[in-house]
Amino acid sequence: MSNILTSSIGKKLMMSLAGLFLVIFLIVHLAINLSLIIADTHEPFNKAAHFMGTNIVIKVMEIILFGGFLLHMFYGVFLQIQNWMARPKRYRKENYSQTSFFSKFMIHTAAIITVFLVIHLLDFYLKAKLFGEVPMAIYDGREYHDLGTLVINKFKIGSVVIFYIVCFMILAFHLLHGFQSAFQSLGLEHKKYTPVIRALGVIYTVFVTAGFMLIPVYIYFWM
Amino acid sequence: MDFTLKIWRQENASAKGRFETYKVTGISSDCSFLEMLDILNQQLIDKFEIPVCFDHDCREGICGACSLYINGRPHGPDSAVTACQLHMRKFKDGDTIIVEPWRARPFPVIKDLVVDRSSFDRIIEAGGYVSINTGGVPDANTIPIPRANAETAMDAAACIGCGACVAACKNASAMLFVAAKVSQFAMLPQGRVEAKERVMRMVAKMDELGFGNCTNTGACEAECPKQISLSHIARLNREYLSARVL
Amino acid sequence: MTKLNARIPEGPLAEKWTSYKAGQKLVNPANKRKLDIIVVGTGLAGASAAASLGELGFNVKAFCYQDSPRRAHSIAAQGGINAAKNYPNDGDSVYRLYYDTIKGGDYRAREANVYRLAEVSGSIIDQCVAQGVPFAREYGGLLDNRSFGGAQVSRTFYARGQTGQQLLLGAYSAMMRQVNAGTVKLFPRTEMLDIVLVEGKARGIITRNLVTGKIERHFGHAVVIATGGYGRAFYLSTNAMGSNGSAVWQVYKRGALFANPSFVQIHPTCIPVHGDYQSKLTLMSESLRNDGRIWVPKKKEDVEALSEGRIVPKDIAEDDRDYYLERRYPAFGNLVPRDVASRAAKERCDAGFGVGSGLAVYLDFQESIQRLGKHVIEERYGNLFQMYEKIVDENPYETPMMIYPAIHYCMGGVWVDYELMTTIPGLFSLGECNFSDHGANRLGASALMQGLADGYFILPYTIQNYLASEILTPRMPTTLPEFGEAESHIRERLDKLMQIKGSQSVDQIHRKFGLLLWELVGMARNKEGLNKAVKEFAMLREEFWKDVRIPGGAEEMNPELEKAARVADFIETGELMARDALQREESCGGHFREEYQTPEGEASRNDDDFMFVAAWEYTGTGKEPVLHKEALHYESIKVQTRNYKI
Repeated sequence: MSNILTSSIGKKLMMSLAGLFLVIFLIVHLAINLSLIIADTHEPFNKAAHFMGTNIVIKVMEIILFGGFLLHMFYGVFLQIQNWMARPKRYRKENYSQTSFFSKFMIHTAAIITVFLVIHLLDFYLKAKLFGEVPMAIYDGREYHDLGTLVINKFKIGSVVIFYIVCFMILAFHLLHGFQSAFQSLGLEHKKYTPVIRALGVIYTVFVTAGFMLIPVYIYFWM
Repeated sequence: MDFTLKIWRQENASAKGRFETYKVTGISSDCSFLEMLDILNQQLIDKFEIPVCFDHDCREGICGACSLYINGRPHGPDSAVTACQLHMRKFKDGDTIIVEPWRARPFPVIKDLVVDRSSFDRIIEAGGYVSINTGGVPDANTIPIPRANAETAMDAAACIGCGACVAACKNASAMLFVAAKVSQFAMLPQGRVEAKERVMRMVAKMDELGFGNCTNTGACEAECPKQISLSHIARLNREYLSARVL
Repeated sequence: MTKLNARIPEGPLAEKWTSYKAGQKLVNPANKRKLDIIVVGTGLAGASAAASLGELGFNVKAFCYQDSPRRAHSIAAQGGINAAKNYPNDGDSVYRLYYDTIKGGDYRAREANVYRLAEVSGSIIDQCVAQGVPFAREYGGLLDNRSFGGAQVSRTFYARGQTGQQLLLGAYSAMMRQVNAGTVKLFPRTEMLDIVLVEGKARGIITRNLVTGKIERHFGHAVVIATGGYGRAFYLSTNAMGSNGSAVWQVYKRGALFANPSFVQIHPTCIPVHGDYQSKLTLMSESLRNDGRIWVPKKKEDVEALSEGRIVPKDIAEDDRDYYLERRYPAFGNLVPRDVASRAAKERCDAGFGVGSGLAVYLDFQESIQRLGKHVIEERYGNLFQMYEKIVDENPYETPMMIYPAIHYCMGGVWVDYELMTTIPGLFSLGECNFSDHGANRLGASALMQGLADGYFILPYTIQNYLASEILTPRMPTTLPEFGEAESHIRERLDKLMQIKGSQSVDQIHRKFGLLLWELVGMARNKEGLNKAVKEFAMLREEFWKDVRIPGGAEEMNPELEKAARVADFIETGELMARDALQREESCGGHFREEYQTPEGEASRNDDDFMFVAAWEYTGTGKEPVLHKEALHYESIKVQTRNYKI
């Protein structure tokens, strides 16, 4: 008998748990980012970034977060390969059933998001962590990386702004299916509450991705 | 009505198949899809050619034998019907209709449009029953069952095992089929006794047979001739996780 | 008449089964493992028998022509299953179920078998509920019942309009459990083509693998056939396309007697024929007659106006409608038994009051919808209404359904004794394919009851009485000459079919034959027509063997060859049906001889001369078979004319 990690439903469980974890992470990330455009100075943003980069609890969380990403990606690819293998001979005319539209492109949106992640990490995370190419700022006598300036400089470049916006739209497609799908995979389905979950999924997706998109646009035009 | 048919022809399991084009003319709009194929086969027999093989039996939408993938949809363009209940009035005169067999690794083609669905029997064999022998059971009214639960069990039990869910799913997943059986028994006290063993064994068998994984796309629900709901898959997930984790 | 010993146990009717079980021989568990049983057919009777025998520890081999046993045509039964549970407290009892069945069968069924059937009926419901069959329930959580034709109590258990499906899946599941346990071995897509007798006893079968065309031999200490009825002989019927009477016909040719072949049931509520390309007829459950009212126009003008499309059914005033069943049979109204309802529809249509193509009557729900509300009707019959709309493209909530009788079930079948054993020792027959319980007419919701009773609760007992004396018989090798003879007989037959290469397809000949059978041996029969049928069918048999065209080869999947072998048997069966109908100079149940009717057009039975089971013995193709008679005796019921009027 298969075990929880290798059975089809077990793998979906992993996918959905990791996915929901990433959903929560996106909210935290967005909150910090918004501080950059809401506050008058970069101080709250830089302090938050510093806190995120140095606090021991967050350090542990960071590892878990990377784990979450890897798990979600690993299972996603693994499931997809199995799914392709389950139909070695394809149809001449593919099924166009009226169903969750974005669900058909999860692996494709995932691939784009992965590329985005790599670039994103190179742009900010690794620059701050490894290369030290970040200007410094001093608050209350302590030195902080001035990531805020780095971000603002980046988003003054039109092509970068467009790239980010496109990637977040792709992320929205991914989330539109992923959010409610995670609940279905966990077996959390109910006549009354499932429509609520679906609506929440849409609200969440619109709010989070619009929030992320707002930042480069705001910086490009108004900062 | 006149139609151009592009039908998958394959002599046997090991042969390499191909699409053949046929024309049928003067078809009544009240004709069922399978009766239209009968007319085509009569034409082929008249010409000493080999008729198209397809599975069919009851021709009233309940046996689950028919398994035609018509114009990109299992059982064709009508909803909540099997191919035998599909009538030509659902097509336009002059349409080109592509007919393919179910495609999935656990459903190998036997001939033309006939596939081997015995993997479904293997899944039921693994646990799709209540383990009681004939005789020695309590009176039928001993355990009252809430009507709503009995109705939900019946919704799931309506599955005819045709395999449209697998055929429609982009992952060739059999989750809806397995969910229907697990869900039926999960809703009834008689089935609850061995609910944990059942769900674990059936899921393990489903995985072993090489069906794909469910990604909640809902194509199965959309194409199921008996309109079995995705909520049964959620129940299957719940049953499985509680059997494994709790 | 030694051939026909029904071996009915002594004693009062109500104690026969109990005393049989007390006195029968049993096989001990260690010996059960050494015995092989072949079960052909996996419908309600076959699957339930295979499951139960497997559970007991016998080695069972189960065969079906479908790709999965779950597709057997029992699955299509809609309405329900009868049982004398008396849950509604409306006066039902084992005796009353027995009484209704005998009366419904027009006093042509064997009393002891029917009583036993009624006795075990309750256990079937218990068994199915324990298996997880989702029967309809009331709000209190207990099982719901509805009423059916031919009964004044509500004793029918149901699972929406899919009762047959749910019961079959229950039996199928139980059988698959035994497949998993290793006691049942499954052979799907395999058709039985002949039975093998060794020293006069049934010892095996010859089959054809429908995927590879391979001819195979199988041994069994006993053989059970549960292969259903031969109604597909009529070409258009409510049976499945693959349903066939070949197993029955082959065992008949090997010496089993065929009882009452002319007793076929014509179901009153089917969707009428609408084109010559049509391949089958669809049944609308009899349960519809609970809430639907059957009528035709009273006036010929209205019939004409309807057919010219000048008016629709709704335009016909209440007073201008002839609710002919309510008029003729006030006590039972629309719920008269099937044979009565079918004949009444034919009578109206023949008199020129038919609607649609002229061969249809209305089944109207307007009154019920007004009385109960559309939602109640939808809840009760939603799936049937949807099915009707899909086929006919009319909405039955708004306009009445059109229905007409169609061939549905065969009461006739292999002659069996009380133990369900045929005249060939070791060969048993269950369900629709035997003749025993329904006489000349079957009541609605009784076929499911009989199939499951035979498989779950009767055969597992009675077969042991036979096998107890076989425990010393070792498994026989299939290299015995008897197997070889049967196999070469089959090979010759198939080769012959393949070599004809004539000009007509199997379906063309079958359609022609079916129409003739319907016309001459259908709802109304007469001497002249039946004599003609015997001759015509003999000619058609010759024509078939000279002119049928089967493309492809025999060593591959070849549905045309499968059909050809079945149709060849149907044509011969038709001949026997006609002979049986000719011999029976009376009208009873589904058998209506125009010469024998009352002035009001009701069936006129002749108990003095025909209260017997007609069992036919094969003497050779085209030769006159020998008629054996099993006299019927009724001890616990007063034989009377069926009366559904008062």
